[in-house]
Amino acid sequence: MRPIIEVEDLIRHFGATRAVDGVSFTVDAGTVLGLLGPNGAGKTTTVRMLATLLTPDAGRARIDGLDVVTDATRVRAVIGLTGQYAAVDEKLTGRENLWMVGRLLGMDRKQAHDRATELLDRFRLSDAGDRQVRTYSGGMRRRVDLAVSLVGRPAVLFLDEPTTGLDPVSRIEMWDVTRELVSDGTTVLLTTQYLEEADELADRIVVIDNGKVIAQGTADELKDRTGGRTLEVTLAEPADLDRAVGLLHGLGDRRVAVDPQRPGLSVPVDDDTEFAAGVVATLSHAGVAVTDFRLDRPSLDDVFLALTGRATGTGDGTGNGDGDGTGNGDGTGNGDGTGEGDVTTTGAPS
Amino acid sequence: MTAATGAPAARRGPGSMLHDGWILTWRNLVQLPRTPELLLFTLIQPIMFVLLFTYVFGGSIGQSLPPGISYAQFLIPGIMVQTLVFSTNSTAVGLADDLQKGLVDRFRSLPIARSAVLVGRICSDTVRLAMVAVVLVLVGYVVGFRFEAGLGWGLLMIVTAVAFGFSMSWIMATIGLSVRDAETASTAGFVWLFPLTFVSSVFVPVTSMPGWLQVVARNNPVTLLSNLLREFTLIGRPAAGTVLPVLAWMVGLVVVFAPLAVSRYRKV
Ligand SMILES: Nc1ncnc2c1ncn2[C@@H]1O[C@H](COP(=O)(O)OP(=O)(O)O)[C@@H](O)[C@H]1O
Ligand SMILES: [Mg+2]
Repeated sequence: MRPIIEVEDLIRHFGATRAVDGVSFTVDAGTVLGLLGPNGAGKTTTVRMLATLLTPDAGRARIDGLDVVTDATRVRAVIGLTGQYAAVDEKLTGRENLWMVGRLLGMDRKQAHDRATELLDRFRLSDAGDRQVRTYSGGMRRRVDLAVSLVGRPAVLFLDEPTTGLDPVSRIEMWDVTRELVSDGTTVLLTTQYLEEADELADRIVVIDNGKVIAQGTADELKDRTGGRTLEVTLAEPADLDRAVGLLHGLGDRRVAVDPQRPGLSVPVDDDTEFAAGVVATLSHAGVAVTDFRLDRPSLDDVFLALTGRATGTGDGTGNGDGDGTGNGDGTGNGDGTGEGDVTTTGAPS
Repeated sequence: MTAATGAPAARRGPGSMLHDGWILTWRNLVQLPRTPELLLFTLIQPIMFVLLFTYVFGGSIGQSLPPGISYAQFLIPGIMVQTLVFSTNSTAVGLADDLQKGLVDRFRSLPIARSAVLVGRICSDTVRLAMVAVVLVLVGYVVGFRFEAGLGWGLLMIVTAVAFGFSMSWIMATIGLSVRDAETASTAGFVWLFPLTFVSSVFVPVTSMPGWLQVVARNNPVTLLSNLLREFTLIGRPAAGTVLPVLAWMVGLVVVFAPLAVSRYRKV
């Protein structure tokens, strides 16, 4: 079957900025594609071109077989767009926003009214539906914004960083809604700065940086390329470090990174939790006092390190929501603290 | 397989332009009573100007008017032009605000007429101009203004003033779509209105200005329009050669700025 989104060599420059510089990918109907990249990677620019808001300098994109440039009006009847910031009219009520879009989509008054009620119910906004949107909380705004983009039952939905800046509860809610939509058959293209989010929702992930696709595949494939999970062990005594490294070398030829300041060790373990448990057991049996150990999932920073050999440079920017603080925070922390040691660790497995 | 079962077919053509433009006009109009600051600015400012000018300057300026014409008779048509010209600023602010808040993107991602956002904005702002004009006439009646030449000419004065405001809205639309945010739009749409309305016959007869300024003031469209409106209300018949220049300005503004605004809208 033909993919519902086809992107071929899409290019858009702003002056000297190569915002999107030859991006290609396809999305099969009924699946979720995660477009993953740091701030400024070109995610929004790509989405805006696919949503017919921006004309590409070169390349082609088709939605449901329709060209986004030459067939823009028909493309708009197929898509829904929820941008990075809630684009709803603050002076109108939630219901009026939904009603207005229904009317603009050609529904009569009653159809538009019924559809608005249906969506307000679905997004738990029935009580707030007749209040002006400016009185809504951030999470409610996002929900009404998403509801507005669903009025016309789009076959393809673009979600541009749908959870950036949301509190953890609203974020999980957004994820649930997205899953529901997909189970109804909607195709979703979701952009995000969080590997965790792409991991949760996306069937396939396209990683972009500086306007170029630097990797694509399933979440598992990407994690394999980053070396999967890392076991972080903290020791009571810095003096034990050398002995600990020796013991670990005895367990296999994995690369061990040493952090004398913590003091501790990092060992890539991929998904081998048994091996991780073995490491901790071996150390304690040998009398090395372990004060803490844990498995770290790769953060976007780790993916970037693995794919490009450099940090994203936006570690702080990505951490603004506290949702996945641990993952991102640690990635940045390691990178700053013992830069070289970590690069070797994560770079090794390939 | 897809969820698009109920998606309405894309509509095109002028029918949808009127329909979509009307929906967006509705959207802007229902906001009006919910935006106290805009209402206040719309209604209080003209009232204040009429009262201030009539009672503060009326005495001295009234001296330089032709005999038989009260300052209120002179002032109201001028104030109407001035107020409507200033009120068009909200077209720039409204569009810049919609741009900044991402609403223009939202509308442009829908299968609706491309011009609908502009049409909706300008139509609703024109309705607002008409409201302002009516309020002004009512306040005018309190301070002694009358439709001397009858109601018909009075209504023609209102319609002409609002039509001029409509054509100026296209300049404001171009400004609103060319700047980054609503504050800039407000300033950029505002500053040049001061010389435009003050170097004119709105508040004082042009003959009271220094010679070099008279040249500018005489050819200012605001002067041409104010004088025409005075002829409508006082004499009930425009003097020879006063209609055409005003009409030319109105048509000219629309012909130049409507395409500019539309092309700015396409590129945002
Ligand atoms: N309208 C624009 N004018 C100039 N530069 C832009 C514009 N839009 C985006 N850019 C630049 O293009 C690059 C990609 O931006 P964007 O697509 O917004 O990235 P992302 O959404 O991944 O954060 C950035 O360097 C950004 O500054
Ligand atoms: Mg973005």
